Amino acid sequence: MKRFSAISVVREALRGNSAWPRQWRSPEPKPRYDVVIVGGGGHGLATAFYLADRYGVRNVAVLEKGWIGGGNTGRNTTIIRSNYLFDESARMYEHALKLWEGLSRQLNYNVMYSARGVLMLAHNIHDVQSFKRHVHANRLNGIDNEWLSPQECKEYCPPLNVGGEMRYPILGGALQRRGGTARHDAVAWGYARAADALGVDIIENCEVTGIRRAVSGGVEGLETTRGFIRAGKVGVVAAGNTSVVMNMAGVRLPLESFPLQALVSEPVKPAFPCVVMSNTIHAYISQSDKGEMVIGAGTDAYTSYSQRGALHIANHTLDAICELAPMFRRLRMLRNWGGVVDVTPDRSPIVAKTSVPGLYLNCGWGTGGFKATPGSGDLFAFTIAKDEAHPINAPFTIERFREGVMIDEAAAAAVAH
Amino acid sequence: MLLIKCPFCGPRPEIEFAYGGQAHIERPKDPMSLDDEAWAEYLYIRNNTRGVHSERWRHINGCARFFNVRRDTISDEILVTYKVGEAPDAVPEKDRPTKGGAVR
Ligand SMILES: Cc1cc2nc3c(=O)[nH]c(=O)nc-3n(C[C@H](O)[C@H](O)[C@H](O)COP(=O)(O)OP(=O)(O)OC[C@H]3O[C@@H](n4cnc5c(N)ncnc54)[C@H](O)[C@@H]3O)c2cc1C
Ligand SMILES: [Zn+2]
Repeated sequence: MKRFSAISVVREALRGNSAWPRQWRSPEPKPRYDVVIVGGGGHGLATAFYLADRYGVRNVAVLEKGWIGGGNTGRNTTIIRSNYLFDESARMYEHALKLWEGLSRQLNYNVMYSARGVLMLAHNIHDVQSFKRHVHANRLNGIDNEWLSPQECKEYCPPLNVGGEMRYPILGGALQRRGGTARHDAVAWGYARAADALGVDIIENCEVTGIRRAVSGGVEGLETTRGFIRAGKVGVVAAGNTSVVMNMAGVRLPLESFPLQALVSEPVKPAFPCVVMSNTIHAYISQSDKGEMVIGAGTDAYTSYSQRGALHIANHTLDAICELAPMFRRLRMLRNWGGVVDVTPDRSPIVAKTSVPGLYLNCGWGTGGFKATPGSGDLFAFTIAKDEAHPINAPFTIERFREGVMIDEAAAAAVAH
Repeated sequence: MLLIKCPFCGPRPEIEFAYGGQAHIERPKDPMSLDDEAWAEYLYIRNNTRGVHSERWRHINGCARFFNVRRDTISDEILVTYKVGEAPDAVPEKDRPTKGGAVR
């Protein structure tokens, strides 16, 4: 791996940028790996990187049916925050946020993590009470989150319409200043490049079609479109397609897959300083470094693998955006797309061992797992390497749905988050 | 937006309906006899089918009745809609949606 530095960037620029090597190899699959990761999204690639970097497991492959980052990692609106209500979630997302803060340096790749602040707006009494409860709970957990009055919201984010005529007026907001955004593709590419440098094989265009189990019941290897690959352990990180992959091992899950959409506007000059979220009226907005307004919409009502959502869902979000920030009323939308998100009944993820020996599962991140990418990768790598959960992910089991020990962020947020 | 044929009212736009999740999940006949495993299966475990999925819809802003739909979750094409208690295969060909998800 050729390291990026001020000197190397200048030197290559003078040479016409013709001598940069490939960022990661494109190897043929080996017959056997110690660990095979199914799914080359951010979470899968991060898992492979931490396996090799922190836990000493270097004979690792990541199998991706398309191209890396082509799933939800490359389709999301990149909101990063850790101000979740419950202790378990707070620990989980804060672990990730701490890793985000040093990630570009660690990977020697600019993931463009930008702590510009995430402002969550309250529009009714219930929101106000619930967000203040979040603020207090977060503080007890040592996580920054503060309550802003409508006027303070306006000062923090001038385009907001406070005090004007609005169906759902802004009654205040919860601000996490360390929250922000990162460049989604760079996260996938940065982890891929760093993992590859440690010997991890990243195998694209390789779809897993079967999970072969030994007579003992344990995992033996994977049937793929590029042949059978033997594996000591298998970690499934397939987001919206998790039910399909786990079905191959006969494991049924508390998951449903829904389309979730995003859209971007034409690029404009810097106009929007932070991330604004409104769960109540379904609007999520920030501005990319290219200048596009990046807008997240809601999920469709029905389960689907189609990777596109209905127009009325996007429309609904644009209505809300135009009320929140009237100056965007004449902004034109450039593109929209959808991803397939895997949702659990309590809206918290599963990062755990399964009933099948040697088979590990990382899923259920639903509409909000990009922010967790580094932490999820680290904890999942720990779980696979040591065959036991790390204390942070120990509560995020499959069994919690049988035991009734939910981590009910669904009830805490009332909607997708 | 889907065009969904309510078996009672005919084809209507999706926004008149509410999605009701996977169909044909039987409510436990004797709830007291269920163990935790069986409760988890009933309440939370879902097929999450990639392909032809049987699901419930409710015509909430119309006749308010529940009915069943078979839909391909890859293309979102609706293959057939049928009343609760009815066998989907018994729906006559002429009452099925045409290819492409449109409803006759
Ligand atoms: C529109 C949208 C907006 C979002 N906004 C936010 C946000 O603002 N903040 C936030 O935190 N989260 C957000 N999310 C959620 C976030 O994108 C996901 O939780 C996260 O990216 C999941 O990462 P992953 O690596 O697990 O999944 P993915 O990136 O989807 O990776 C899974 C990979 O598995 C591969 N795969 C599947 N089946 C197989 C197979 N059989 N064989 C081989 N490979 C297979 C897929 O091709 C895919 O590349 C959003 C999601 C969407 C769709
Ligand atoms: Zn009807």
